[in-house]
Amino acid sequence: MHGMINRALQCFLQDTYGEDRWHAIAAAAGLGPDGFEAMLTYPHGPADAVLRAAASDLSRPREVILDDIGTYLVSHPHMAVIRRLLRFGGPSFPDFLYSLDHLHERTRLALPDLRLPLLDLRQHDGTAFTLSVTHRVAGFGHVAVGILRAMADDYGALVLLDHRGRRGEVETVSIDLAAAAFAEPRTFRLGGDAR
Amino acid sequence: MNVQTPPAADGGSAPPVCAVVLATDALDRLMPMALIVSSTGHIRHVGPTLARLRPARALAGTRLLEVFELRRPHDVTCFADLVATAGAVLHLRFRDAPATALTGQCVPLAGGAGVLVNLSFGIGAVEALGVYDLTGADFPPTDLTVELLYLAEANAAIRAESLRLTRRLQGARHRAEELSQTDALTGLANRRAMEMVLDRYRAARERFGLMQLDLDFFKQVNDEQGHAAGDEVLRAVAAILREETREQDTVVRAGGDEFVLVFHRLTDAARLAGIARRLLLRLEQPIPYGGAACRISGSIGIVVSTDYAAPDPERMLQDADAALYASKKAGRARYCFAGRDAAPARPEP
Repeated sequence: MHGMINRALQCFLQDTYGEDRWHAIAAAAGLGPDGFEAMLTYPHGPADAVLRAAASDLSRPREVILDDIGTYLVSHPHMAVIRRLLRFGGPSFPDFLYSLDHLHERTRLALPDLRLPLLDLRQHDGTAFTLSVTHRVAGFGHVAVGILRAMADDYGALVLLDHRGRRGEVETVSIDLAAAAFAEPRTFRLGGDAR
Repeated sequence: MNVQTPPAADGGSAPPVCAVVLATDALDRLMPMALIVSSTGHIRHVGPTLARLRPARALAGTRLLEVFELRRPHDVTCFADLVATAGAVLHLRFRDAPATALTGQCVPLAGGAGVLVNLSFGIGAVEALGVYDLTGADFPPTDLTVELLYLAEANAAIRAESLRLTRRLQGARHRAEELSQTDALTGLANRRAMEMVLDRYRAARERFGLMQLDLDFFKQVNDEQGHAAGDEVLRAVAAILREETREQDTVVRAGGDEFVLVFHRLTDAARLAGIARRLLLRLEQPIPYGGAACRISGSIGIVVSTDYAAPDPERMLQDADAALYASKKAGRARYCFAGRDAAPARPEP
């Protein structure tokens, strides 16, 4: 597992539940308090152990934690970079959805060894989509739901999302676009938001 | 308007020239940073993205070369020259601030109706987008400017993570060095390890002999044969010191070319003098390095704990240092004992 993914999990727990909870969870997962390094690669075990320990320590189902991680990646100020990189997907939420097909290539351009899940967007009509999330490791579909909800919010779009389960290595998420321009979108400037 | 492909050089077998007619709004979508310039050199039409770079100023109607300074080709001084550059790469810069640089190309329009100048930010896009408030919609899908910006941001984020990792590793290395008890170059004990050994001996009232050894001519080796040769000499000296001492003794590289030897339960002056003699003789043997030989020597000062009522390692090190200084002063390759009257002795081969 790429350290970026492990590190995101750690930052989510630290930023959401505080250092003390993180230390408890890390210890329960057999990790030191320093945790993960984003630029290193880890076997799958440690991230899974942290997720398991977090679910038990926080008494929250694994799926809910994964969904929260997705939301955190887009909406937490510490993760502003990720939100901005996703907003490069296009000027509207549908444009963003279409850009998911290229997320793999975009990521590969920046970090060739980061293996994000393969994403495949199907459009059924003007407002109904399904997103297939393919990865060896289960759970990325729930992270995708959290990301999509937060990105819809960012674009000011109103969407209904549903995780339809996992078959083989493929998780399916249904996306219903109730309104593409429901609220005022958050500002996104190509040259940077801070001005 | 007409866009005309360049006419073929020979009229005979060339394919027919194909004139493309585009509505201005179609041109604006395809090339939102293009300019149409009349045959008199006046700007007649400004692409919408280009217009956003000068929102407070109408560029249409002004002369192209009044708005832009042409940096390349450098020999263009009038509009007629510019028309003649058709196909060449143009480097322009706004004459007013912000003096954004643009890259482009100029092609003639059909019927001598002027030229079309298509422009782009080129590699300056990242900087330019920090100045102008543009969105993804200002660039056509064939333009990779937005991808360039995406990549620049992704790289900056990754660089920040790499830097964080480097700092963390550097901190860890620093801590490890502080905790280390060996000298990285020679593998000998370091000063920290020596202090621990001496403190232990004092606490346990163990008797011990102590030698301070300084290399002579080491600086010349470094200066004349290079630092790699100097490092090789230090490693060779370390090997000699290890061979001439016992398992229970401590051999320390205390600094650059300074060594300390601590002899556990060895305070007999005659035996210590014998070791000092052997060491000095061996140090004077040439040390081979890259086909050449490095020649050094050494000076030694010796103290024994039994000479003190209450042996204090710090005091003993000072006294050994004073004895070492006496040896050096008497000439190279000598040793002497602290607190004893005998003049520094020089071993005979």
